[in-house]
Parts: sequence; C-alpha cells; structure tokens
Amino acid sequence: MSLYLLRRLIQAVGVMAVMSLIVFLGVFAIGDPVDILIAPDADQIERERAIIALGLDKPLWMQYLVFLGNALRGDLGRSFVFNEPALQLIMGRMPATLELALGATIMAIIIGLPLGLYAGLRPNGAISKAILAISILGFSLPTFWVGLMLIMVFAVQLGWLPSTGRGETAMLFGLRWSFLTQDGLAHLIMPATNLALFKISLVIRLTRAGVRETMLMDYVKFARAKGLSPARVTFVHVFKNILIPVVTVVGLELGSTIAFSVVTESVFAWPGMGKLIIDSINVLDRPVIVAYLMTIVLMFITINLIVDLTYSFLDPRVRLESKG
Amino acid sequence: MSTTALPAPAPAPPRVETPFRRFVSEFCESKVALGALVVFTLIALAAIFAPWISPQDPYDLGVLDIMDGRLEPGSVGATGITHWLGTDDQGRDMLSGIIYGLRISLIVGAGSAIIACLVGASLGLLAAYAGGRTDGAIMRLVDLQLSFPAILAALMILAFLGKGVLNVVIALVIVEWAYYARTVRGTALVERRREYIEAAQCLALPTHRILFRHLLPNCLPPLIVVGTMQVARAIALEATLSFLGLGVPITEPSLGLLIANGYEYMLSGKYWISFYPGIALLITIVSINLVGDQLRDVLNPRLKK
Repeated sequence: MSLYLLRRLIQAVGVMAVMSLIVFLGVFAIGDPVDILIAPDADQIERERAIIALGLDKPLWMQYLVFLGNALRGDLGRSFVFNEPALQLIMGRMPATLELALGATIMAIIIGLPLGLYAGLRPNGAISKAILAISILGFSLPTFWVGLMLIMVFAVQLGWLPSTGRGETAMLFGLRWSFLTQDGLAHLIMPATNLALFKISLVIRLTRAGVRETMLMDYVKFARAKGLSPARVTFVHVFKNILIPVVTVVGLELGSTIAFSVVTESVFAWPGMGKLIIDSINVLDRPVIVAYLMTIVLMFITINLIVDLTYSFLDPRVRLESKG
Repeated sequence: MSTTALPAPAPAPPRVETPFRRFVSEFCESKVALGALVVFTLIALAAIFAPWISPQDPYDLGVLDIMDGRLEPGSVGATGITHWLGTDDQGRDMLSGIIYGLRISLIVGAGSAIIACLVGASLGLLAAYAGGRTDGAIMRLVDLQLSFPAILAALMILAFLGKGVLNVVIALVIVEWAYYARTVRGTALVERRREYIEAAQCLALPTHRILFRHLLPNCLPPLIVVGTMQVARAIALEATLSFLGLGVPITEPSLGLLIANGYEYMLSGKYWISFYPGIALLITIVSINLVGDQLRDVLNPRLKK
C-alpha cells in the first residue's frame, strides 16, 4: 500500500511538472514574454532594463527553472489589472466558485435521486419515460443557453429571481458565503440549477440503472417475501445500496463541475474564479491566466489522486493490477 | 429458321442483401432516428446553400439598415424584407444570421472532428499494433488528456493561441483526439490477434499498409459511432467557447457568438436575438445525437438480436 501510494504520488508530481512546462511554454514562449511581464505603457529603455531584471535574456530552460522556483514559493506574478499578487486574487475568488459547485452538486442529488428512483421503480410508466427524455435533453442542451433562458423567464419575464451577481453575503469561517442570507440564496438558485443540469441527468441515469439492477437482487426478494412494506424495501434495502455508486460518481464529478462553472459564472456574472479567468483572458492579464491554470491543474491532480487512492483502498484489485 | 417461342423473361434478380443495405434497413427501423437524420440533412443543406436561401446577406453592410435594429419577429424592415425571427442590434435579419452561423458551427464542428479522428485513429492503431513502450506512451497521453475536462483544456489552449476559427479547430482537435485513440485502440487490440493480420504479416506487407488497409477497416464501426457523437460535442463546445468570447472572431459569427450578442438585450426583454440561435443549436445537437444513438444500436454486435 505505501509503495503504491509513493508511486502514485511521484506520478502526480510528474504530471504537475509536465503541466507547468506546458503552461510556461504556452504563455511565455508562444506569446511575447516581454508583453506579458512588462506594463504595456513602458518606454524602450524601461523595457530593456526590465528584460534584464526579469532574466528574459537568459536561455529558455533557465527561465523555466526560475519560473518553477517562483511558482513553488507561491509567486506567480502580479495582476496587471488589479495590481495584486495573482495567486491571492485567485484564492480570493475561490470560495464563490466552490459555493456554486457545491450548491449544484447538492441540487443534483436532491432533484436527481427521487426522479431516478421513480423511473427505476416504474420503468414503463409514462412519467418515467418523460423523466428519461428530460435527462437526455439535459445532456444535449448547451448549458450557457439554458442559463440565458432561465434569466429570461425567471428574472426578466416573471421577475422572481435576481438575474446576476452574488447578492448579500455573510461571514463564516472568515469567508463570505451567499447561502447564509436570503438575498444571497435567491442569487444562488439560478446559477446552481444551471450548473446542476448536466449532473441531474447523470444522477437520474445512475439511480435508475442502479434501482433496476438492485430490485432483482436476492436480498430485495427476501425482504419482500418477509412481508416488509414496499416503502421499507425501497427506502431501506434498495436506496442504501444505490447511494454508494451515485455519491461516488457525483464526488468524482466535482472537479469538472468546478471547471464548467466558468460558463455558468460568465452567464450569471457570478464573481468566482471562472469569471475572473474569462475576464483576464479578454484583457490579456497573463499572470492571472497562469495562476488560474496552475491552481486548477493542481486541484485536478489532487482530486484524481484522492479518487485513485480511495479506490485502491476500497478495491484491492486496483493495487494488484498496478503492480503487474 | 425455326419459330421458337420467345424465351421466358428472366426472373428479376433477387435483391442481394449487402452489408450496406442491411445497415440502411436496420437504421430505418427507428422512426425517431430517421426523422433526426432528415432534420440534420436539411440543416446541413441550409448551411451549404446559405447564400441562395437566406433572405439577406448578413455580412453585406450595404443591405443592413441600422433603423431595423432589434425588430420583433415577424415585422417588416425598411428594406422590405419580413424578418420572421426578428433582427439583431445592427438590423441584421436573425434567420439569415442563423443560417450563416450554422455554416461556421458545422464547418468548425465537422472539420475538427475529422482531423481529430485522423490523428486519434492513427495513434490508436499504432498503439494497438506496436504495443510495448509505444502503446504505453500514447495511452499515458490519452489518460492525461481525458483526466482534464474538455472545457478546461480548450480554455487553456485558446488562452495561449488567442481567438480565431483555425485556433478553435486546433483546440477542439487537441481536446478530442484522445476519444478516438482510445476507441480505436480498444477495437484494434482485439482485431490484431485475428488470422487475417497474421496472414498480412506473413506476406511481409509494409506496416502502414497493414495498419490502414487491413486493421483500420475492421475498426470502423465504433469509430463511426464515436465520430458522430463527437461532432455534436465539438459543435456544443465551439458554441460555448464562442459564447465566452474565446472562440470565433466577431467577423465570422457562429451560433454561439450570435447567442452571446443577444445577451445584453435579453435583460430588456428582447429575447429573440439569443433565443432562436439557441434553438437552432439545440436542434442540430439533438438530431446528431439521435442519429449517433441509433448508429450505436445498429453497429454494436452485442446488441444484435
């Protein structure tokens, strides 16, 4: 186990190194590094002085090592626009994104589970077919367009919910959260629903398939034969067993939910790190772009690592396979 | 000279069941899929013949009248055209804009899917055929690619390259090639152990010939299914990127960019600038997905009755 852990850890560090090289080459070598690091309004002499000061006259590999060294110390440059350390900026926006992603995940479970359960218990009913059709639509609908339509219906036509922004926030554990105030919660509902759409479809599919499979199991037949009420069989015997795979997949999807919040945040002007990266790309605030990419890559590698380790802990076959 | 009776007319040759005919008849079993195919064909034809069928050339600034800006669907503009789907902020007919937008969306979607398919299928074949270190290296790359969500990888590439039709295609190819590689490798691993490959090897045929003339044709069915689905994915992803302002430039608006243009007018109730391009996008994606679903059912031997 410890050997496997070590190997997986080394692999993760390797991937991180490769990704940092890609980001370095992408931002610093494809674009003109002088434009990236020096304010656009600097004159010729200032530029040359800055080039030497920043070490841009050195060979590329040496520059990469310097970049890597700075990155390891948490220094990814300063934002041109906000004049703040880029990493600090990203970290400041992260809670909003996490709140949105978690909200969407919770929503997917609350809405997806009952629908999937129903569709699994009565696979041939008209309502079940409708639920399945909705889940297919959820996979096909372009997220950003659904977001716009939600704004159109609920904010513009009906005026029930605020269209954009995060609303009032309250402090908890030193961070600002929207879900603690009524106004913030009203602002959270639409973006979270929008982001949850794909995941709701996923949960419906998983739950439905799980229920249909579990209903045929011997222990369910036995529970029914024992004369337990259908409700008890469904909610205790079936439900408990389908919950594990569903929760696993939803947890796995958290990473891609965070990545996909880029789209939702742009539609609803939600001030998270996704909105920040789009704004930064549009004004070419490259230190922030680099900081975002490095942060999210690190996040992904960590999530993948945790998932792999959890799996190998739960399922010894994974460990044995990687040894062979 | 004898007066022999005319020979009886030869019986009509029985319709031979070729694999292609069987495939067509099986595909047509699903009315939904057939309908989707018809819809998609119409969409594709509309995109191809855009200059002839659209009421207005949306790029010809001469025919645009700023006074026609943001007209409601069904109103008649100053130029005498009825704008069935309304106009955008510059007085551009939405229906024409959508037809031209479809063109760009389809070109980018299909183009990137084809290139990704060529790259991915070649690498997948090579991985399966060569095995060993080559296989390990290629599949490691595939795993790395697939562990990051498509939107994130595309975002990263476009942040490096900047916007533009060609850059979007490059980004989509980089994002998608891995799906093809994985699919082809899986099938090719099974196929390469078959006798016909052994026979080809015994004939000392060159590797590229074995790969592309013997192995590839037998890996096609799953590739076609994945390819169809990936076209839909590519179109959706391109629209998303263009909506975010990272995709196609403003001079070549795809459906995603049209939707983005309508965003600011949405809050004042002028829904049609965003609504109709979205509907067009939705119909395109759903019809491709339905066709792909049916293709999967028909081409998957495990599902055969």
